[in-house]
Amino acid sequence: MLTKAKDVVCTFCGCLCDDIILTLDENRIVKVERACANGMGLFKNYNPDLLSPKIRGKGASWEKAIKEASEILSSAKYPLIYGLSSTSSEAQRVSVKLAEALGASIDSTSSVCHGPTGLAMQFVGEPTCTLGEIKNRADLLIFWGCNPIVSHSRHFARYSVMPSGRFVQDGRESRKVVVVDVRLTQTARVADVFLQVKPGSDFELLVALKALVKGKSLDAVEVGGISIKVLEELVSDMKSCRYGVIFFGMGLTMTKGRDLNVRELFSLVKELNDHTKFSALPMRGHGNVTGADQVMSWLCGYPFAVNFSRGYPRYGPGEFSAVDLLCNKEIDALFVLASDPVAHFPSKAVDHIMEIPTIVIDPAESLSAKKATVYFPTAMYGVDCEGTAYRMDGVPLRLKAPVKGNRPSDEEVLEAIFEGVRRC
Amino acid sequence: MISGRTLEQAKEMHSGKNSKSYREAVGKVYVSPLLLNELGLAEGEKIVLKSSFGRAEARAYVDPGLPHFVVFIPMGPVANLLVGYETEGTGMPSFKGVQVEVCGAC
Repeated sequence: MLTKAKDVVCTFCGCLCDDIILTLDENRIVKVERACANGMGLFKNYNPDLLSPKIRGKGASWEKAIKEASEILSSAKYPLIYGLSSTSSEAQRVSVKLAEALGASIDSTSSVCHGPTGLAMQFVGEPTCTLGEIKNRADLLIFWGCNPIVSHSRHFARYSVMPSGRFVQDGRESRKVVVVDVRLTQTARVADVFLQVKPGSDFELLVALKALVKGKSLDAVEVGGISIKVLEELVSDMKSCRYGVIFFGMGLTMTKGRDLNVRELFSLVKELNDHTKFSALPMRGHGNVTGADQVMSWLCGYPFAVNFSRGYPRYGPGEFSAVDLLCNKEIDALFVLASDPVAHFPSKAVDHIMEIPTIVIDPAESLSAKKATVYFPTAMYGVDCEGTAYRMDGVPLRLKAPVKGNRPSDEEVLEAIFEGVRRC
Repeated sequence: MISGRTLEQAKEMHSGKNSKSYREAVGKVYVSPLLLNELGLAEGEKIVLKSSFGRAEARAYVDPGLPHFVVFIPMGPVANLLVGYETEGTGMPSFKGVQVEVCGAC
């Protein structure tokens, strides 16, 4: 018999669209409505059947796998727990407890995403807002170094460009859209204004904009490939809008300057608030990467790259962050929670992953899971496992479990490993 | 070189990172029409790219939105052969803005 589940939250990206409709035939998702292509893939390709864990590629019982994982972690001199961003905040919480018990380092995918944004927030503060405020008020939207049409496909339609809001009643007509990027992306093609910045020039461009906002004149014809005249027009729009927002992405955090780029962007937004209401919002990638930052911050005081080897949390981006620990060959065991570093880390880091024992918890058999010493195929949060996830603007949403699956949750496996470690 | 998300990479990721279609989706390099022409390549030809961190092979396709000397590779194992691992004290390696040499057809 077919049943419908309404208002399901899609956990693919930080938009956490909470209006998805699923049609279920028993426990199979047979139809997905309202999701973008990425969300469709998440729901349609998931098979909730109970699968056996694997030890060194061979099927094993859950008990044996828990025991093996616990022994690996207990006997390691310096383990790292990494990932956290595609699981519930309840599971994230247990992973921090496990890191503390082990005296391990713990890092989330934030360190290879908006970690530099976290560093910038610690210097400047966070000029933030909710997506609801943007929908109802923002009349100037600037997308800097991000391509939401590809990576956050419903962002335009639900939260930013298209919807009519309380003070922007004509939707798209009421809003001006500016894109700053190195490439003429799909997002740039639908903008009102596109500034094609030279690679590696974002910092200079942000400094120039801030100077113009302060009323300084610039002794230059162009900055970062953009003429001063165009920059002056943008500054005029920024100062005269009723509510402006800069959404920014990896184009700032992954290039030269990293946190300094974002620091300058936040400073620009701070300056703009002397003239009008302005905010900045990072385009968060993984469904609950914002939750990873929140949970780590409540429990450790820091959002990522935390070490417990002295029994208390120490913060060390560049030292306790996953890529650094792997490239420096410092860790001797890796625990991956809902992430795939083998697919997404620089090759030098992957080389060290191949040399050490790894434990992977993931609903899908990723490249990291394929290589794992112990692999646990767990339930998918928001599909057959309830929980909490934080949207990119920091709003927590409750995740339903529309599919009644048999797989254990990440949280349950983590708790079992925590108990196993205590017994070792 | 810039690496990043593509719709195809995201779609094939859901069908499994061990699948042929995922490997094909991340084994591409997008170049400007001018650069493709200068290199004397046809779309779909396999080319070699080198950075100071490694070497990768990928099939070349045109993206008219790219500047002349910028290439784009979908995020994944191929791009990661070229990216820098120095994090400059932030934890973030250089996934974008990596200097690469496009060496032409394999």
